[in-house]
Amino acid sequence: MAVIVVDVMPKAEILDPQGKAVSRALARLGHGEIGDVRLGKRFELTVEGEVTDALLEQVRKIADDVLANTVIEDVVGVRVQEEADR
Amino acid sequence: MRVGVITFPGTLDDRDAQRAVRLAGHEPVALWHGEHDLHGVDALVLPGGFSYGDYLRCGAIAARSPIMTEVVEAAERGMPVLGICNGFQMLTEARLLPGGLVRNATGLFVRRDQRLRVERTTTAWTNRFEEGQEIVIPLKNGEGRFVATPDEIERIEGEGLVAFRYLGDDPNGSIDAIAGIANAAGNVMGLMPHPEHAVELGFGPTTTRMKAGIDGLEIFKSALEAVAA
Repeated sequence: MAVIVVDVMPKAEILDPQGKAVSRALARLGHGEIGDVRLGKRFELTVEGEVTDALLEQVRKIADDVLANTVIEDVVGVRVQEEADR
Repeated sequence: MRVGVITFPGTLDDRDAQRAVRLAGHEPVALWHGEHDLHGVDALVLPGGFSYGDYLRCGAIAARSPIMTEVVEAAERGMPVLGICNGFQMLTEARLLPGGLVRNATGLFVRRDQRLRVERTTTAWTNRFEEGQEIVIPLKNGEGRFVATPDEIERIEGEGLVAFRYLGDDPNGSIDAIAGIANAAGNVMGLMPHPEHAVELGFGPTTTRMKAGIDGLEIFKSALEAVAA
Protein backbone atom coordinates (compact mmCIF):
# COMPACT_ATOMS: atom_id res chain seq x y z
CA MET A 1 0.00 0.00 0.00
CA ALA A 2 1.11 3.51 -0.72
CA VAL A 3 -0.27 6.97 -0.09
CA ILE A 4 -0.28 9.67 -2.74
CA VAL A 5 -0.60 13.20 -1.38
CA VAL A 6 -2.27 15.91 -3.46
CA ASP A 7 -2.08 19.53 -2.33
CA VAL A 8 -4.53 22.12 -3.63
CA MET A 9 -4.46 25.87 -2.95
CA PRO A 10 -6.82 28.69 -3.89
CA LYS A 11 -5.36 30.72 -6.75
CA ALA A 12 -3.10 33.51 -5.52
CA GLU A 13 -5.23 36.24 -7.13
CA ILE A 14 -8.42 35.05 -5.42
CA LEU A 15 -9.14 36.55 -2.01
CA ASP A 16 -9.15 33.86 0.69
CA PRO A 17 -11.54 35.04 3.46
CA GLN A 18 -10.81 31.94 5.57
CA GLY A 19 -7.10 32.71 5.54
CA LYS A 20 -7.81 36.36 6.36
CA ALA A 21 -9.94 35.37 9.38
CA VAL A 22 -7.17 33.06 10.66
CA SER A 23 -4.57 35.76 10.11
CA ARG A 24 -6.61 38.27 12.13
CA ALA A 25 -7.13 35.74 14.92
CA LEU A 26 -3.37 35.06 15.11
CA ALA A 27 -2.66 38.78 15.35
CA ARG A 28 -5.21 39.06 18.16
CA LEU A 29 -3.46 36.20 19.99
CA GLY A 30 -0.23 38.15 19.94
CA HIS A 31 1.43 36.56 16.89
CA GLY A 32 1.84 39.84 15.06
CA GLU A 33 4.92 38.57 13.22
CA ILE A 34 2.67 36.34 11.10
CA GLY A 35 1.17 38.20 8.18
CA ASP A 36 -0.81 36.62 5.39
CA VAL A 37 -2.37 33.17 5.93
CA ARG A 38 -3.80 31.07 3.12
CA LEU A 39 -5.75 27.85 3.54
CA GLY A 40 -5.60 24.98 1.10
CA LYS A 41 -6.51 21.31 1.02
CA ARG A 42 -4.49 18.15 1.33
CA PHE A 43 -5.83 14.88 -0.09
CA GLU A 44 -4.32 11.51 0.89
CA LEU A 45 -5.13 8.82 -1.63
CA THR A 46 -4.36 5.26 -0.54
CA VAL A 47 -3.58 2.88 -3.37
CA GLU A 48 -3.00 -0.87 -3.45
CA GLY A 49 0.38 -2.01 -4.68
CA GLU A 50 3.13 -0.03 -6.29
CA VAL A 51 2.94 3.53 -7.49
CA THR A 52 3.84 3.49 -11.17
CA ASP A 53 4.41 6.47 -13.45
CA ALA A 54 1.12 5.64 -15.16
CA LEU A 55 -0.71 5.73 -11.83
CA LEU A 56 0.88 9.04 -10.87
CA GLU A 57 -0.17 10.42 -14.25
CA GLN A 58 -3.72 9.18 -13.57
CA VAL A 59 -3.70 10.88 -10.15
CA ARG A 60 -2.49 14.15 -11.70
CA LYS A 61 -5.45 13.99 -14.07
CA ILE A 62 -7.86 13.23 -11.20
CA ALA A 63 -6.36 16.18 -9.30
CA ASP A 64 -7.00 18.56 -12.20
CA ASP A 65 -10.45 17.15 -13.08
CA VAL A 66 -12.01 16.47 -9.68
CA LEU A 67 -9.92 17.28 -6.60
CA ALA A 68 -9.32 20.85 -7.75
CA ASN A 69 -11.39 23.27 -9.81
CA THR A 70 -8.64 24.85 -11.87
CA VAL A 71 -10.81 27.90 -12.50
CA ILE A 72 -10.37 28.91 -8.85
CA GLU A 73 -7.63 26.62 -7.49
CA ASP A 74 -4.18 25.28 -8.37
CA VAL A 75 -2.84 21.78 -7.81
CA VAL A 76 0.46 22.64 -6.13
CA GLY A 77 1.77 19.14 -5.48
CA VAL A 78 1.29 15.47 -6.29
CA ARG A 79 3.76 13.18 -4.50
CA VAL A 80 4.13 9.76 -2.94
CA GLN A 81 4.28 9.87 0.83
CA GLU A 82 7.32 8.05 2.20
CA GLU A 83 6.83 5.41 4.91
CA ALA A 84 8.91 7.49 7.33
CA ASP A 85 6.53 10.42 6.98
CA ARG A 86 3.53 8.49 8.25
CA MET B 1 -44.28 22.37 -20.96
CA ARG B 2 -42.67 19.76 -18.71
CA VAL B 3 -39.85 21.15 -16.56
CA GLY B 4 -37.56 18.72 -14.75
CA VAL B 5 -36.33 19.68 -11.29
CA ILE B 6 -33.35 17.59 -10.22
CA THR B 7 -32.94 16.55 -6.60
CA PHE B 8 -29.41 15.81 -5.38
CA PRO B 9 -28.49 14.59 -1.88
CA GLY B 10 -28.60 17.80 0.18
CA THR B 11 -30.79 19.78 -2.22
CA LEU B 12 -33.17 22.03 -0.28
CA ASP B 13 -35.19 24.13 -2.71
CA ASP B 14 -36.42 21.43 -5.10
CA ARG B 15 -40.01 21.61 -3.80
CA ASP B 16 -40.00 25.41 -4.02
CA ALA B 17 -38.68 25.18 -7.59
CA GLN B 18 -41.40 22.65 -8.49
CA ARG B 19 -44.00 24.99 -7.04
CA ALA B 20 -42.60 27.93 -9.02
CA VAL B 21 -42.77 25.85 -12.20
CA ARG B 22 -46.43 25.02 -11.45
CA LEU B 23 -47.31 28.67 -10.69
CA ALA B 24 -45.71 29.64 -14.02
CA GLY B 25 -48.16 27.31 -15.75
CA HIS B 26 -45.91 24.33 -16.44
CA GLU B 27 -45.80 20.76 -15.24
CA PRO B 28 -42.93 20.05 -12.81
CA VAL B 29 -41.24 16.66 -13.14
CA ALA B 30 -39.15 15.46 -10.19
CA LEU B 31 -35.84 13.99 -11.36
CA TRP B 32 -33.27 12.09 -9.29
CA HIS B 33 -29.51 12.64 -9.51
CA GLY B 34 -28.71 8.93 -9.57
CA GLU B 35 -30.64 8.18 -12.77
CA HIS B 36 -29.57 8.47 -16.37
CA ASP B 37 -33.03 9.59 -17.49
CA LEU B 38 -34.52 13.05 -18.06
CA HIS B 39 -38.03 11.58 -18.55
CA GLY B 40 -38.52 13.55 -21.76
CA VAL B 41 -38.67 17.00 -20.13
CA ASP B 42 -38.47 20.23 -22.17
CA ALA B 43 -36.37 22.24 -19.70
CA LEU B 44 -34.35 21.65 -16.53
CA VAL B 45 -33.90 23.36 -13.17
CA LEU B 46 -30.96 22.58 -10.87
CA PRO B 47 -32.21 23.96 -7.55
CA GLY B 48 -30.43 25.39 -4.55
CA GLY B 49 -29.29 23.78 -1.34
CA PHE B 50 -26.14 22.18 -0.01
CA SER B 51 -25.58 19.11 -2.16
CA TYR B 52 -23.18 16.69 -0.48
CA GLY B 53 -22.85 19.19 2.38
CA ASP B 54 -20.71 21.43 0.13
CA TYR B 55 -17.95 18.82 0.56
CA LEU B 56 -14.91 19.15 -1.74
CA ARG B 57 -16.33 22.39 -3.26
CA CYS B 58 -19.90 23.70 -3.53
CA GLY B 59 -21.64 21.70 -6.28
CA ALA B 60 -18.50 19.76 -7.19
CA ILE B 61 -19.69 16.25 -6.35
CA ALA B 62 -23.23 16.84 -7.63
CA ALA B 63 -21.78 18.11 -10.94
CA ARG B 64 -20.34 14.61 -11.41
CA SER B 65 -23.62 12.77 -10.66
CA PRO B 66 -24.94 10.15 -13.09
CA ILE B 67 -27.74 12.43 -14.38
CA MET B 68 -25.26 15.20 -15.25
CA THR B 69 -24.13 13.22 -18.33
CA GLU B 70 -27.65 13.69 -19.73
CA VAL B 71 -27.87 17.29 -18.47
CA VAL B 72 -24.67 18.25 -20.31
CA GLU B 73 -25.87 16.51 -23.51
CA ALA B 74 -29.26 18.24 -23.31
CA ALA B 75 -27.65 21.62 -22.62
CA GLU B 76 -25.39 21.18 -25.65
CA ARG B 77 -28.47 20.38 -27.78
CA GLY B 78 -30.01 23.69 -26.64
CA MET B 79 -32.42 22.65 -23.88
CA PRO B 80 -33.12 25.48 -21.40
CA VAL B 81 -31.20 24.75 -18.18
CA LEU B 82 -31.47 26.98 -15.10
CA GLY B 83 -29.10 26.68 -12.14
CA ILE B 84 -30.09 28.48 -8.94
CA CYS B 85 -27.49 29.07 -6.21
CA ASN B 86 -26.08 25.58 -5.59
CA GLY B 87 -27.36 24.71 -9.08
CA PHE B 88 -25.34 27.65 -10.48
CA GLN B 89 -22.29 26.30 -8.66
CA MET B 90 -22.93 22.89 -10.28
CA LEU B 91 -23.17 24.43 -13.77
CA THR B 92 -19.76 26.10 -13.34
CA GLU B 93 -18.29 22.88 -11.94
CA ALA B 94 -19.70 21.01 -14.97
CA ARG B 95 -18.10 23.72 -17.18
CA LEU B 96 -21.46 24.53 -18.75
CA LEU B 97 -20.88 28.10 -17.53
CA PRO B 98 -17.56 29.95 -17.17
CA GLY B 99 -16.02 31.16 -13.92
CA GLY B 100 -16.45 29.85 -10.41
CA LEU B 101 -18.13 30.71 -7.11
CA VAL B 102 -16.11 31.07 -3.93
CA ARG B 103 -16.66 32.17 -0.34
CA ASN B 104 -18.17 35.65 0.06
CA ALA B 105 -15.54 38.36 0.44
CA THR B 106 -16.92 39.26 3.88
CA GLY B 107 -16.75 35.62 4.99
CA LEU B 108 -20.39 35.91 6.02
CA PHE B 109 -23.53 34.07 4.95
CA VAL B 110 -25.85 36.69 3.46
CA ARG B 111 -29.65 36.59 3.45
CA ARG B 112 -31.53 39.57 2.04
CA ASP B 113 -34.07 40.72 -0.52
CA GLN B 114 -31.68 41.63 -3.31
CA ARG B 115 -32.13 44.26 -6.02
CA LEU B 116 -30.82 43.15 -9.40
CA ARG B 117 -30.48 44.73 -12.81
CA VAL B 118 -31.41 42.57 -15.79
CA GLU B 119 -28.45 42.91 -18.16
CA ARG B 120 -29.40 40.44 -20.84
CA THR B 121 -32.80 39.47 -22.21
CA THR B 122 -31.55 37.15 -24.98
CA THR B 123 -31.67 34.03 -22.85
CA ALA B 124 -34.25 31.28 -22.47
CA TRP B 125 -34.88 32.46 -18.91
CA THR B 126 -34.89 36.28 -19.14
CA ASN B 127 -36.80 37.02 -22.36
CA ARG B 128 -39.83 38.42 -20.52
CA PHE B 129 -37.77 41.17 -18.90
CA GLU B 130 -36.71 44.52 -20.35
CA GLU B 131 -33.00 45.19 -20.58
CA GLY B 132 -31.98 47.34 -17.62
CA GLN B 133 -35.11 46.40 -15.65
CA GLU B 134 -34.71 46.38 -11.88
CA ILE B 135 -36.07 43.34 -10.03
CA VAL B 136 -36.00 42.10 -6.42
CA ILE B 137 -35.28 38.46 -5.59
CA PRO B 138 -34.22 36.84 -2.30
CA LEU B 139 -30.56 35.97 -1.91
CA LYS B 140 -29.12 33.51 0.62
CA ASN B 141 -25.61 32.15 0.34
CA GLY B 142 -22.19 31.90 1.90
CA GLU B 143 -20.26 31.12 -1.29
CA GLY B 144 -21.72 33.28 -3.99
CA ARG B 145 -18.75 35.35 -5.01
CA PHE B 146 -18.37 35.06 -8.77
CA VAL B 147 -14.74 34.97 -9.91
CA ALA B 148 -12.83 34.23 -13.10
CA THR B 149 -9.42 35.09 -14.53
CA PRO B 150 -9.06 38.62 -15.99
CA ASP B 151 -9.01 37.13 -19.54
CA GLU B 152 -12.18 35.18 -18.85
CA ILE B 153 -13.92 38.25 -17.37
CA GLU B 154 -12.97 40.22 -20.47
CA ARG B 155 -14.52 37.50 -22.65
CA ILE B 156 -17.67 37.25 -20.47
CA GLU B 157 -18.17 41.02 -20.58
CA GLY B 158 -17.14 41.30 -24.24
CA GLU B 159 -19.65 38.66 -25.33
CA GLY B 160 -22.32 40.15 -23.06
CA LEU B 161 -22.90 36.92 -21.13
CA VAL B 162 -23.83 38.64 -17.85
CA ALA B 163 -27.55 38.17 -17.20
CA PHE B 164 -27.93 39.92 -13.82
CA ARG B 165 -25.87 42.33 -11.73
CA TYR B 166 -26.29 43.25 -8.07
CA LEU B 167 -27.61 46.75 -7.42
CA GLY B 168 -26.54 48.58 -4.28
CA ASP B 169 -24.00 46.82 -2.05
CA ASP B 170 -22.50 43.77 -3.73
CA PRO B 171 -23.42 41.07 -1.18
CA ASN B 172 -20.66 38.65 -2.21
CA GLY B 173 -17.82 40.75 -3.59
CA SER B 174 -18.39 39.28 -7.06
CA ILE B 175 -16.24 40.61 -9.89
CA ASP B 176 -18.21 43.32 -11.76
CA ALA B 177 -21.12 42.69 -9.33
CA ILE B 178 -22.06 39.63 -11.40
CA ALA B 179 -25.11 37.86 -9.94
CA GLY B 180 -25.92 35.58 -12.88
CA ILE B 181 -24.58 34.62 -16.30
CA ALA B 182 -25.76 32.65 -19.31
CA ASN B 183 -23.85 30.81 -22.02
CA ALA B 184 -23.45 32.36 -25.48
CA ALA B 185 -26.45 30.42 -26.84
CA GLY B 186 -28.58 31.71 -23.96
CA ASN B 187 -30.14 28.37 -23.03
CA VAL B 188 -27.99 27.70 -19.94
CA MET B 189 -28.23 30.26 -17.14
CA GLY B 190 -27.06 30.34 -13.55
CA LEU B 191 -27.73 32.89 -10.81
CA MET B 192 -27.08 33.08 -7.08
CA PRO B 193 -30.37 34.75 -5.99
CA HIS B 194 -33.47 32.55 -5.73
CA PRO B 195 -36.26 33.38 -8.22
CA GLU B 196 -38.32 30.45 -6.91
CA HIS B 197 -38.77 32.40 -3.64
CA ALA B 198 -40.42 35.33 -5.45
CA VAL B 199 -43.37 33.75 -7.22
CA GLU B 200 -46.41 34.20 -5.01
CA LEU B 201 -48.07 37.20 -3.30
CA GLY B 202 -47.59 37.05 0.45
CA PHE B 203 -44.52 34.82 0.28
CA GLY B 204 -42.03 36.86 -1.74
CA PRO B 205 -39.55 39.62 -0.96
CA THR B 206 -40.84 42.91 0.38
CA THR B 207 -41.03 45.44 -2.42
CA THR B 208 -43.71 48.12 -2.54
CA ARG B 209 -45.88 46.01 -0.26
CA MET B 210 -44.89 43.47 2.38
CA LYS B 211 -43.81 40.15 0.85
CA ALA B 212 -45.43 41.09 -2.45
CA GLY B 213 -42.48 40.54 -4.81
CA ILE B 214 -43.11 38.05 -7.62
CA ASP B 215 -40.36 39.03 -10.09
CA GLY B 216 -39.01 35.47 -10.02
CA LEU B 217 -42.12 34.14 -11.72
CA GLU B 218 -41.10 35.81 -15.00
CA ILE B 219 -37.98 33.64 -15.12
CA PHE B 220 -40.03 30.44 -14.95
CA LYS B 221 -42.53 31.77 -17.51
CA SER B 222 -39.71 32.77 -19.88
CA ALA B 223 -38.66 29.18 -20.47
CA LEU B 224 -42.06 28.35 -21.96
CA GLU B 225 -41.79 31.11 -24.55
CA ALA B 226 -38.27 30.02 -25.46
CA VAL B 227 -39.40 26.46 -26.19
CA ALA B 228 -42.58 27.55 -27.96
CA ALA B 229 -40.63 30.00 -30.16
